[in-house]
Amino acid sequence: MARYAMAIDPKRCVGCADCVVACQTENNVPVGYCRDWIVEELTGQYPSLELEIRTERCNHCSDAPCVRSCPTGASHYEENGIVLVTHNECIGCKACIASCPYDARYVHPEGYVDKCTFCIHRVEEGMNPACVEVCPTHAFVFGDTDDPNSEISKTLRSRKSKTLIPEAGTEPNIFYLL
Amino acid sequence: MKEITITSGRMNPGIDPVLHAWGWEIPLYLFIGGLAAGILFFSAYFFLKGKGEKFRASIQIGPMFVPPLLAIGLLALFLDLSHKLYFWRLYTTIHLESPMSWGAWTLMLIFPLSLAWALSFVSDVFPQHECKFPAMGRFMNWLQNYRTFMAWALILLSIVLGMYTGILLSAFNARPFWNTSILGPLFLVSGLSTGTAFLMLLSKDKDERRHLSQIDMILIGIELFLIIHMFMGFLASTQVHIDAAQLFLGGPYTAVFWTFVVTLGLVFPLITEFMELRGYHIPPSIPATFILIGGLILRFIVVDAGQTSRWLYKFME
Repeated sequence: MARYAMAIDPKRCVGCADCVVACQTENNVPVGYCRDWIVEELTGQYPSLELEIRTERCNHCSDAPCVRSCPTGASHYEENGIVLVTHNECIGCKACIASCPYDARYVHPEGYVDKCTFCIHRVEEGMNPACVEVCPTHAFVFGDTDDPNSEISKTLRSRKSKTLIPEAGTEPNIFYLL
Repeated sequence: MKEITITSGRMNPGIDPVLHAWGWEIPLYLFIGGLAAGILFFSAYFFLKGKGEKFRASIQIGPMFVPPLLAIGLLALFLDLSHKLYFWRLYTTIHLESPMSWGAWTLMLIFPLSLAWALSFVSDVFPQHECKFPAMGRFMNWLQNYRTFMAWALILLSIVLGMYTGILLSAFNARPFWNTSILGPLFLVSGLSTGTAFLMLLSKDKDERRHLSQIDMILIGIELFLIIHMFMGFLASTQVHIDAAQLFLGGPYTAVFWTFVVTLGLVFPLITEFMELRGYHIPPSIPATFILIGGLILRFIVVDAGQTSRWLYKFME
């Protein structure tokens, strides 16, 4: 079975936010909301400054607190590891929103809770998620980590990477290449 | 230097700049849940101790208020849902890892049980009342045969309910201020304390009030102990937990928490109850009212502060 993950190279990312717009268009994200966003982190002391530009989204954690806290099972793992919300099982209690250390979820104006789906509708057709597809600097690698010959498996083997707040214990599946 | 910004301008309603998923409904519901647990616990406890005639307010009158109180709490919970028409999904599954799920099931058990418990005392509280429907009267008399069984079940379920109001929050490790196992016992003890305060307001018997007041003093002492330990735990923990504690130790919640919850909601009632026991004439409604208001403010502050505390994007505050 596939186990999808995403590797992002902050050294390639220029922060153009094309991924943000592509996601909003592809997924009909309501105006004023976003499922992914760009973070710029500046560290150091002038003149030795270091800038990291990251595109962030739901981490599709392997030990997802949103899935654990959901009282109805609306938040669940797909067989390929993608964390999804079944709209007509969601009661809108917002426990998953409170449980997400990445603040990746929001209440859709229609009432259910919404977030990044890794564009599962595209992935199941063999395509890449919209954000990956449009990136002009090819900062993303998306694929199946269960397949040792996939590009993402090779990338994660050959380069060091980090995840966001690993100490929260969620086992994120979005890796930032170092 | 470390400077972080979200340059694509994330401003999801209810999430940014500071999480505000839960408004007034959840803290009100947590307060009412704790209060109902407190009333039911002491009603059942005194009943099992055989104080039937002496402690009328606690055993018989107090429980009359519980079903309407729980109904208000459940209504608040319902109003909080953003996908309301699907609320019945709560009862199509049991998800033990989700406190929201087993809490909903606990309420499903305790609500009818509290109703049955209250109904079994209707003929004692309203002796003149003649039931228009004879079947209803027979049902209420029939319920009286099972009071001992109901009392034991209520003792157990009220503790679960009281603990649950805290565990609901402490299960979220994403919100450092909630992420302490002390919240469960703290909310349970606070719920029991507000329960005794409510019963003190109802009681006209001096002995009963005195007894409740003594129990309440112990509960307040435990609460103060738990609050101190909660902060000690935070300060000995990771940076995000230290930051969470700082919200109350110099941060924006300092004044409101230490004034309204600790001083006026705990220490002041403790002193007045102590003085009353030493023979000063202080109306018991004074400490009782302060305890109830303090308990309510505690829930509001904890729910609010938890949503303010976070791991990432602290700059957005």
